[in-house]
Amino acid sequence: MAAMAVATVLSFLIDIAVGPSTLDFAGVWQAIFSPESVDLSTRVIVWEVRMPYAVMALLVGAALSLAGCEMQTIMNNAMASPFTLGVSAAASFGAALAIVLGLSLPGVDGEWMIVVNAFLFAFGATLLLQALSSLRGTGPEGLVLFGIALVFMFNAFTGIMQYLASAEALQQFIFWSLGSLTKANWENIPLLFGLFIIIAPFSMVSAWKLTALRLGEESARSFGVAVKRLRFFSLLRISLLTAGAVAFVGTIGFIGLVGPHIAKLLIGEDHRFSLPASILSGALIMSLASVISKAILSGAIVPVGIVTSLIGVPVFVALILNKRKR
Amino acid sequence: MAILQINDIHAGYPRKKVINGLTLPPLASGEVTVLTGPNAAGKSTLLRAIAGLLHAHGSVQYEGNELTTLSPRKRASYVSFMPQSVPTDINLSVMEAVVSALKASPLDAATASNEQFHHRAIAVLERIGIAHLALDPLNQLSGGQRQMASLARSVVREPHILLLDEPTSALDLRHQLKVMRLARSFAQDGRIVVMVLHDLNLAMRWADRVIVMHRGELASDGTPIEAITPAVIESVYGVRIRVERCSQGQPNLIVDGEC
Repeated sequence: MAAMAVATVLSFLIDIAVGPSTLDFAGVWQAIFSPESVDLSTRVIVWEVRMPYAVMALLVGAALSLAGCEMQTIMNNAMASPFTLGVSAAASFGAALAIVLGLSLPGVDGEWMIVVNAFLFAFGATLLLQALSSLRGTGPEGLVLFGIALVFMFNAFTGIMQYLASAEALQQFIFWSLGSLTKANWENIPLLFGLFIIIAPFSMVSAWKLTALRLGEESARSFGVAVKRLRFFSLLRISLLTAGAVAFVGTIGFIGLVGPHIAKLLIGEDHRFSLPASILSGALIMSLASVISKAILSGAIVPVGIVTSLIGVPVFVALILNKRKR
Repeated sequence: MAILQINDIHAGYPRKKVINGLTLPPLASGEVTVLTGPNAAGKSTLLRAIAGLLHAHGSVQYEGNELTTLSPRKRASYVSFMPQSVPTDINLSVMEAVVSALKASPLDAATASNEQFHHRAIAVLERIGIAHLALDPLNQLSGGQRQMASLARSVVREPHILLLDEPTSALDLRHQLKVMRLARSFAQDGRIVVMVLHDLNLAMRWADRVIVMHRGELASDGTPIEAITPAVIESVYGVRIRVERCSQGQPNLIVDGEC
């Protein structure tokens, strides 16, 4: 886990050091640690552009991976993640509604309204998934199929929104819907950070119960775990984390699937360790993806969601094939 | 002596009532009770109802407590249930799994230190004879070892009532023997041990009392030799048997054929 933490910090630094404008490492280093000693343009690039992207990459990776880790346990499904089961798509539709219709509640800031709406839809989707997965005769593959159905459904809804939206709202929406870190700034980072810092401890408190749940629902209940309650609050956390990540950077796929798998492979399924390890692995992968997204085309940044999908799809397919073999 | 009293239990699944108003004779601590009967007789359903794992009407009394109305946490301090099968693809060590059974919900000894929890887990693994597997991952154990690990999780919380759902199915002879001997020794600790078993010879040899169920009802009960008679077995299973004593005086069941 220590190695993973070091790798994450390294990746974070590389993420800041790499970008379309050519700054040398020394200059970036100087700009980080003594901002006054470098010229204005370097300072602005490092502090106002690269730093927020890099921080947001860590946060989004951590949030989605934590959500994925909990989701795989409570749904007892190795293929579960916010993206693969349609929770991200639901959150995305909720956010789109807020953007296009310009929804607002008295006293709620516009940015928050997007999060709140994304959360409401994400939570609805998780409850629906939970209800479907508790139906008798729904195997793990069945749940994934339901998830895919949800993705299609919410994408269709989002399509209708786009069709009906005004030109101005449409432009704003399209910019938003490409999963990209370019939306990171010093206003929305503290929001996601706050959300994450509040939720992660609640996940950690449930670590033993989640570990016990891996031993089977009947066993967990026999150990005194109120499984229904555990599930409900876990779904709540998953929805909040997913909604936070989606509302600020758009839909970013597969981090919530790949992150936990790497963590569990390295560390096992004792949730006292696999939850924090998932947070780290998610942050690390997202940060690396961000570096790659800047390195693919020189002088341009490919939306990071494309990179994570390129990494995630093979892993997803491998998981399905592996499941079949068993 | 503590008594488990099961009265007028109704239990089953939403669209299928399996047990309709079943009352059992009182089950006493220190005894191993075997529940047996044909498939779909309601044995596992009854066990789950006692464990509070499915919705049941009626009364399950233990030492003045009505178990059906207790919270999951409170109930878990009295009753433990070992399922027939457990997931096989778990990347947890035997030790981690046993400790998680202890820590999943607070025990009375909630103030105990981590070290004490680990001592307790090790003690159980030693008693069951799998201490050497403590650090092995569950997904790399053999079927028999996995069952032993599951048994360790079921007893580590020191339940007053231990419910085992077909603990010997899919086990080789040696492991079957081990499970039965452990069940006896858990009963000797002063626990109530109830297990579902299909092997009537094992029941003859190891049970203090046998309850034969049929279609959700009580078909017979008593000591093994009282409960397992040719007449009962014929009416419940539709099979002709003899019970004969071997050269060492042990009663044995011999199956002659279908009726």
